[in-house]
Amino acid sequence: MMDNLVKDGSLRQVALRAGLYAVLIIFALYYLMPLFVMIVTSLKSLDDIRTGSLIGLPRELVFDAWGKAWSGACTGVKCEGLQPYFWNSVLIAVPAVMISTVLGAMNGYVISQWRFKGSDFIFALLLFGCFIPFQVILLPMAIVLGKMKIAGSIGGLIFVHVVYGLGFTTLFFRNYYITIPVELVKAAKVDGAGFFRIFWSIFMPLSAPIVVVTVIWQFTQIWNDFLFGVSFSQAGTQPITVALNNIVNSTTGVKEYNVDMAAAIIAALPTLFVYVVAGKYFIRGLTAGSVKG
Amino acid sequence: MSNLILSIENLYKSYGATEVLKDINVSIQRGEFLVLVGPSGCGKSTLLNCIAGLEEVNAGAINIGGRDMVGVAPKDRDIAMVFQSYALYPTMTVGKNITFGMKVRGVDAATQAKKLADVAKLLQIEPLLNRKPGQLSGGQRQRVAMGRALVREPQLFLFDEPLSNLDAKLRVEMRTEIKRLHSNLKASIVYVTHDQIEAMTLATRIVVMKDGIVQQIGTPSEIYNHPANMFVADFMGSPSMNLIPATVEALPTGLAIKIKQENGTLELMDDTKIKGLKMGAKRELLIGLRPENITNPTANSRLVAPCRIEVVEPAGSDTFITTSLGEKPITARLRADTVVSPGAEIDLAFNLASASYFDAGNGERLN
Ligand SMILES: Nc1ncnc2c1ncn2[C@@H]1O[C@H](COP(=O)(O)OP(=O)(O)OP(=O)(O)O)[C@@H](O)[C@H]1O
Ligand SMILES: [Mg+2]
Repeated sequence: MMDNLVKDGSLRQVALRAGLYAVLIIFALYYLMPLFVMIVTSLKSLDDIRTGSLIGLPRELVFDAWGKAWSGACTGVKCEGLQPYFWNSVLIAVPAVMISTVLGAMNGYVISQWRFKGSDFIFALLLFGCFIPFQVILLPMAIVLGKMKIAGSIGGLIFVHVVYGLGFTTLFFRNYYITIPVELVKAAKVDGAGFFRIFWSIFMPLSAPIVVVTVIWQFTQIWNDFLFGVSFSQAGTQPITVALNNIVNSTTGVKEYNVDMAAAIIAALPTLFVYVVAGKYFIRGLTAGSVKG
Repeated sequence: MSNLILSIENLYKSYGATEVLKDINVSIQRGEFLVLVGPSGCGKSTLLNCIAGLEEVNAGAINIGGRDMVGVAPKDRDIAMVFQSYALYPTMTVGKNITFGMKVRGVDAATQAKKLADVAKLLQIEPLLNRKPGQLSGGQRQRVAMGRALVREPQLFLFDEPLSNLDAKLRVEMRTEIKRLHSNLKASIVYVTHDQIEAMTLATRIVVMKDGIVQQIGTPSEIYNHPANMFVADFMGSPSMNLIPATVEALPTGLAIKIKQENGTLELMDDTKIKGLKMGAKRELLIGLRPENITNPTANSRLVAPCRIEVVEPAGSDTFITTSLGEKPITARLRADTVVSPGAEIDLAFNLASASYFDAGNGERLN
């Protein structure tokens, strides 16, 4: 009797578990499907694409599409592939991520640990900045960039991304630093350390996990941005997202799906890379430096 | 060099509309161990922070070593502080924690190393120098925090409940260690604690605070034997002082005391004088008597009266009993070998020589 009950219970559990896994696997497949189609298509020849099925494996692996996407595909009149735009994006994203992260850390440090009159108000304003839709700032930003004489330049795009990202980076760091006891700053003050000394010697070494979170967030945002890229760039300074759009939209005769797919994957690789590499450090950072000593 | 290390005059501090410190006046001489006690939230930490310059004051003057501290940054006040939570730098090793201040002040590496070695030896933390604070026990952290303060060799140490996170045994050990440090280093110390045994054993003088107001400043014995008001009487000492409602009458022969008892009245005589009580006048008040002043009678006990035992609490070295006087439970402290049982009557001797008399209304001391 007792045994039966236990068995029933465990049987039920196994069934539940199996059902759960089945559902999870179905969802995972559903989400991975587009990626699968993209990779498979990018490795097919045009003939293969035309005659085969969408999800069928390539009859023969062809890597030509990748080469063409990287250095030969046409974006409008020029046919130099994604390569130059990829580097534009790197030139925009790397400084913009670094600057906005450092400034966000400073802001968060001041707002959480050096409270001054009106610091809560300024924090509220910065938070508000997070919720302003992109479209709203396009025109004013264009005017500001014009006045600053950096319209259409890489520097201009860096500026835009830094300004727009500041709200988020400040929020991240403020919420992280608010958990650090104020007595730490007091102890350092008695020890004679000043504002920057305390920041660099005490807060920065504690910040690895939140820096990683911020960098992942900012890099993804900036790398994937299309609207600012298309609005505030000119020929020669366009980021990869804009170039990708141009490649896909400028067809001469037959549509090269394999090149389009390869280009899309190339454009997405860096964010994927950041997740894989930094994600590891993220977990390491979380477990290593415990603040509460 | 003046011997006055710290003087605080008419200090006021508020956070917004809440007044936290009200008209604080305290001064300490070189080598003094001043202990601040008071209930949680009475402003002890705030006062330390004001002394350290970590909080702005609203009014009043703070002088350290004869210098006015208005506008002087914490690092220039020649103080060192041990915080309630220790506040060790979590990413630095123990050694770096201790030398951080010297590094910031540009002390040369050789001196840093020497001082670190000296302090590590004194506090017995040499094997820990390369660990991070997260890898230390509470007592070890406490010593590191102490070490960080000691290498500074300041005029004035500020300790904010440094032992509060420790277990009872370690607390007693560290208490002795601090006492030894104090006498070895001849340091001047302001020390905050909740623990009145800590206060009694460490202090050269005690400041009792309540709601941001200083209630009394005095030596441990003054605080214990002559509490300035009922709050101090009740707060210091464990078990706390008995406060017995009574009627007194000033007679030519002395003070006649009448205390209501279960059946009848307990009458005692004392030779003290009550403030503002004219000859022949009567007054309701409270008599403060510590448990050790209600004891087993001896041959020369003058005031002895029978009382009914309600509760018996043997405590090893003594036996505490509870009886009822003036309709309030009263604790008496008897020899451990006294044979007592609840419900029985026993003769108790009252030692009024160290009795305190308090106004029933405002609680001020009357004798
Ligand atoms: N930053 C602050 N803002 C507003 N009120 C504060 C602040 N710091 C302390 N207070 C208030 O000031 C009062 C005194 O606080 P304080 O920390 O000095 O108490 P304490 O005597 O040290 O207590 P404890 O024994 O619990 O440490 C408390 O009522 C507290 O709520
Ligand atoms: Mg406190």
